[in-house]
Amino acid sequence: MKLSEIASALELKPIAGADGMNREVNGCYIGDLMSLAMSNLEEGNLWITIQTNLNVIAVSALKEAGGVILADAMTPDANAAEKADEEEIPVFSSPLSAYQLAKRLAELGL
Amino acid sequence: MSNSMVFRYDVDGDDFTLAGEISSKVKKRLKQLGLPPETIRKVAIAMYEAEINMVIHANGGTITVEVSPETIHIIFADRGPGIPDIDKAMEEGFSTASHEVRELGFGAGMGLPNIKKNSDKMTIDTKVGEGTTIELWMEVC
Repeated sequence: MKLSEIASALELKPIAGADGMNREVNGCYIGDLMSLAMSNLEEGNLWITIQTNLNVIAVSALKEAGGVILADAMTPDANAAEKADEEEIPVFSSPLSAYQLAKRLAELGL
Repeated sequence: MSNSMVFRYDVDGDDFTLAGEISSKVKKRLKQLGLPPETIRKVAIAMYEAEINMVIHANGGTITVEVSPETIHIIFADRGPGIPDIDKAMEEGFSTASHEVRELGFGAGMGLPNIKKNSDKMTIDTKVGEGTTIELWMEVC
């Protein structure tokens, strides 16, 4: 599924990494611990988290995540947003909780 | 080894803004060299964990990566506090990370277990008060 379709269906607010927006995503991982994300996040996955620091982008880039959704209206730290632009990792913010976001993604068929 | 390439990097201590930078550089290099994705994935995970450990626990250090057609050999050397109890440190869930670091999403106690899981051979040479050297070998699969 195209990331841009998901973004518009869930009314996600694009924050950074707009160059990666046409990417296809293939699943979702939810979590806030870097080591677990490093192990469990798969290439092309959307990552839902409440972590806002630079390491979210570092892990996303290393694991080639499809994009990041910051739940509960979180927004990335300034250096994280910069890094996301550089690595072309799309980052969105949503007022919804991780659970609500996951439910909506499942309804969309992801 | 005649056919091998060696890359050496310095890791800054306590600088989270550079976290993952070296892992990312090495990953890009291995990709350019055309190594198999599964090998690159394992190297990326193990390197990231070890790099973060150096920043969190050891005030930085050096990473040496030696790439040959059959094996990737990585040496992480620091002059940090050392590991008093390696068995304990290898336990999943055991962490000595500070509260501040945990808030950033670290300190899950998965670092060393993840490094071991993603390498074919791992050795730890550590002395309390002097530092730690971790060596990893990954077969190119």
